[in-house]
Amino acid sequence: MALDGQKTAYKYIGTTPNRPDGLDKVTGRARYGADISVPGMLHGAVVRSPHAHAKIVKIDATKALAMEGVKAVITRADFPEGLEGEDWDIQENCMAGEKALYDGHAVAAVAATSPLVARDAAKAIEVTYEILPHVTDVDEAMKEGAPVIREGAADFSVPEGLHPNVVRYFDSGRGDLDKGFAEADLIIERSFTTEAAHQGYIEPHACLGQMGADNRGELWVCTQGHWFMRRMSTAVLGIETTNIRVTPSEIGGGFGGKTTVFIEPLSLALSRKAGGKPVKMVMSRNEVLRATGPTASASMDVKMGMTKDGRITAAHGTFRMQGGAFAGAPVDVTTMLAFANYDIEHVHHIGYDVITNRPRQAAYRAPGAPMAAFATESVIDELCRELGLDPIDTRLKNAAKEGTRATFGPKYGPIGFMETLEAAKAHPNYSEPLGPNQGRGVASGYWMNWGGETSASVAISEDGSVTVSVGTPDIGGSRASMALMAAEAFGIPYENVRVNISDTGALGVNEPTHGSRATYASGLATIRAAEECIGKMCKRAADKWGIDPEAVVWEDGCAKPSGPNAGEFPPMTIAEIAGEMGGTGGPISGHYEDSPAGFSGSFGTHVVDVEVDPETGRTTILRYLVVQDAGKAIHPAYVEGQFQGGAAQGIGWALNEEYIYGEDGRLQNPVFLDYRVPVASDLPMIDTVIVEVPNPGHPYGVRGVGETGITPPLPAVANAVRDATGKRICKLPLRPSRVLAAIQGKEV
Amino acid sequence: MTKRIHVSTTVNGDEVDYLCDPRETLLDCLRDHLGVMGVKEGCGTGDCGACSVTLDGRLVCSCLVLGVEAEGKEIGTVEGMADGEVLHPLQRKFIEHAALQCGICTPGILVAAKNLLERNPDPTETELRYWLAGNLCRCTGYDKIIRAVMDAAAEMREAS
Repeated sequence: MALDGQKTAYKYIGTTPNRPDGLDKVTGRARYGADISVPGMLHGAVVRSPHAHAKIVKIDATKALAMEGVKAVITRADFPEGLEGEDWDIQENCMAGEKALYDGHAVAAVAATSPLVARDAAKAIEVTYEILPHVTDVDEAMKEGAPVIREGAADFSVPEGLHPNVVRYFDSGRGDLDKGFAEADLIIERSFTTEAAHQGYIEPHACLGQMGADNRGELWVCTQGHWFMRRMSTAVLGIETTNIRVTPSEIGGGFGGKTTVFIEPLSLALSRKAGGKPVKMVMSRNEVLRATGPTASASMDVKMGMTKDGRITAAHGTFRMQGGAFAGAPVDVTTMLAFANYDIEHVHHIGYDVITNRPRQAAYRAPGAPMAAFATESVIDELCRELGLDPIDTRLKNAAKEGTRATFGPKYGPIGFMETLEAAKAHPNYSEPLGPNQGRGVASGYWMNWGGETSASVAISEDGSVTVSVGTPDIGGSRASMALMAAEAFGIPYENVRVNISDTGALGVNEPTHGSRATYASGLATIRAAEECIGKMCKRAADKWGIDPEAVVWEDGCAKPSGPNAGEFPPMTIAEIAGEMGGTGGPISGHYEDSPAGFSGSFGTHVVDVEVDPETGRTTILRYLVVQDAGKAIHPAYVEGQFQGGAAQGIGWALNEEYIYGEDGRLQNPVFLDYRVPVASDLPMIDTVIVEVPNPGHPYGVRGVGETGITPPLPAVANAVRDATGKRICKLPLRPSRVLAAIQGKEV
Repeated sequence: MTKRIHVSTTVNGDEVDYLCDPRETLLDCLRDHLGVMGVKEGCGTGDCGACSVTLDGRLVCSCLVLGVEAEGKEIGTVEGMADGEVLHPLQRKFIEHAALQCGICTPGILVAAKNLLERNPDPTETELRYWLAGNLCRCTGYDKIIRAVMDAAAEMREAS
C-alpha cells in the first residue's frame, strides 16, 4: 500500500544487520545496572515488612548503627512530608509511612561498607509491628466488611455506596444494549479470573546513587526511562528535578516493570546521609517478586450476543482489577480495549480499580489488555462453537478496519487486523491435522501504541559518519533500528551510524521505552533530525557551488545539483561536506523534538495447537503461530523477536505463572523455581508472519510491535485447551491441577 | 567481622586469588573480588542460569557454589570464550541470528551451550531445549537461541 509522501522502496530498512551492541553482549562486556563500581562505594540493603498489613509502631536501628561498617540508616522520617497524588503514592511505596501495606513493603534501609555487612545490618534493625487484618483478593476487597487499606483513597469517579477500597470507577459505551442483545440468536455470558503475573525480567533492579548535602548528584540505573527515573526520584526526595543526572545502564529486561522507582530514591537518600558516598543497591529475586510491580489481577464478567451467521450484536463487560495498595490497576485500558477488535454497535463497559494488600502494580507489556482479551476472546470462541462457525471467518466478519468507529470512540485509520486474520487462515499451521487429546485455539489482540515526549539529536562527524543520540533505552535491539533509519535517511551505510542512548543531561525530556513507542517515536525524531542535517549539508554545497539551496537535492549520501538552473557540478559526498564543515559554517547537527501523535495501533492473531495429558492435566504447546501488523518492519529479525517474546510471556501467564498468596497474606512463591516462567523445553519454535500495513503517521510506516504479542496467547491457549478437552476453563493459569480437575468434572 | 579466607584459583586460564568471606558465593567472588562482570545474578537460587560457569569443566550455577570451593579449580566464564579477536562460533551465531534482546541471560546461555557442544556436538533440538532448560530467557521465547546454537553446532561439526 503506497501512501502519499511515504517511502515505499528502501535500501536499508527491512534488512537484518548485526546489532551494534552485539559484540559487547556476547562477550560479557556490556554493563548492566549491577555491573558498575566506583571508589568509596557503599552498599545498601532494605528492611521489608513480613506482614501484609501492619501498623509500624517503632523502628529501632541502634544495634545496626553500632555495627562496624554501617554508615547510614534511613526510614520514612528521612523523606519530606506533604507530597500529593501520585508523588505521594510513589513515596509511600518506596518507603512505608505509618503502615506496611503488603508483604515486602520497604520500612527502612541501610548503607554499609560491604553487601554482607549491609545485609546483616538490615537484619539487626528492629521493627515493631501491630498486625492488621488484610485482604489480597480483588473480589474479597470489594465486599462489605473487608479491611480498609486506606480511607479517602477513592477519586471523584467512584459512585456512593461502594467499599472504600474501590478507588476508581469507569463506565463507557454506546448504542442500546437491550436492542443489540434482542438481535442476537445466541447470548453467552461467562465470569473469568486472571492472576497477577510478573514481568520476570532476568536482571533485578540495580542502581548506584550519589547525592551530597547540596541535594545534587548522579544516578546510574537500569531503567526503561531515565527521565521518569529522575522525575520520580527527585519528587520522592522533594528536590528539584535537574539536581540529579541519570545515566541509564544496559537494561536486562523490563517489559514495563522498569518504568517506575523502587530502590533508587533510597540509594540517593542513603548517600546524602552517608556524607555523599555513592551507594549501590541491587535487589534480590525475592525482593523483585515481593516488592516491585507485577501486573494487576482481574475478575471479569463478559456477555456477548451473536447472530446465526456470526455477527456480534452486542457486548457487555464488567472488569474488577486490583493493582496492590495504590490506585492504578490498568482497568481504564482494559475497558477501552476489551472489544476494540470488533465493529460492535451496542457495547458497554464497567471497570473497578480496587486496592488490596499487594505490591503496587506496574506496567506489564500491553497493561490491561491481556486480561480483557482472555475474557472476550474466550466468549467469542464459545459463540463460534455453539453456532458451528469458523473462528477466523467469524472474526473476519466482525473485524475492525479503516473507518470503523472503535468501541472506545475514535475512528480507526489504516489498520491491519483483517490482513492478520487472512494470513493466519492461509498459514499451514491452521490446517495441520490434530491427534487425540490435541486442540487448536485462535485469538486476536490489539494494542493502541503510543508517541510520547521525544527528543533526539543527530550530529555529523568530521569523516561523514553520523552519531544519533536518543533518550529511549535499548531494550531489544532498538539501536539497530535507529541506525537503519538514519542510514536510510542519509543514504549511507548502516556501519557509518553510531547510536547512543544519552543521559538526562544531554537531551530534552524523553518518555521511557514503553507503550511500543521507541522505534516509532525515537525513529521518527531520528529521521527528522537527519533531514535537518541534510538540509544544512545541501546549503553548504549550494554555497560552495554558488547556486540556490533549493537547486540542490540529497541522494545516496551526496548533495547533487538539480533542476534547470543548477549548473553542472560533481556531487559532494557527506564525507566531503563534513571534512570541510569547520570552514564552511561550523559543526552540522540536527535536532527534533515532539510528542508525536501519528502513532497507530497493531493488531495480531495467534493460532496455537496444544496437547493435554488426560492423566496429569499438563498442557504441551505443539505449534504456535503469531501474525501481527508491524506497519513496516525496520529490522525484521527483532520484530519477529518481539512477536516470539510476547507469545512466550503470554503462554507463561496462560499456563503457569501466578502470584500465590497464603492465608497470612504473604507471597508463597517469591522464587523462580515456584514462579514458573517458560523454559526452553516448554516451548516449540514460534512461527511468525509479519504483516505490513504502513502507518501514515511515520515516515517509513512504523507501528509499535512490542506489546500486542502478549495479548492473544491467554485466550488462544485457553481456547485450544477447550478444543482438546471439551472443558471451558475460565480461570488462569491453566496449571495441570486445574485442567485435571476440569477433565474430571470437578469445579475449577 | 568474619575472618576472610584466601582462595587461589584459575579463571579462563589465568591464575588469580582473592580474600573472601566464607558466606560469599563464587558468583559474588567473581564479580565483586575479581571484576568478572560477564557472570550475572538473576536469582541467587540456581533457577535462572544467568550465573552459569564451568568449574573443572562441569556446568554449574556460580550462585550455588561457595567462593572457597573454587580453591585449586579451573573456572570458565563467557569472558574466556573468544580467542582474542575471534569470537567463538556460538557468540557469532548469537549476533547473526538476533538470539538476544536484552542480553542479560546471554553469557550464561553461551557458557551452557558451549558445555553441551563439547559433550555432544550434534544435539537434537529436544536435547538442546532440555539442556538449556536451566537458563531462563524472558525476551526471546527461545526460538532464535535454539536456531543459533543448532547453526553454530553444524558449523563446528563441519570445521572439525
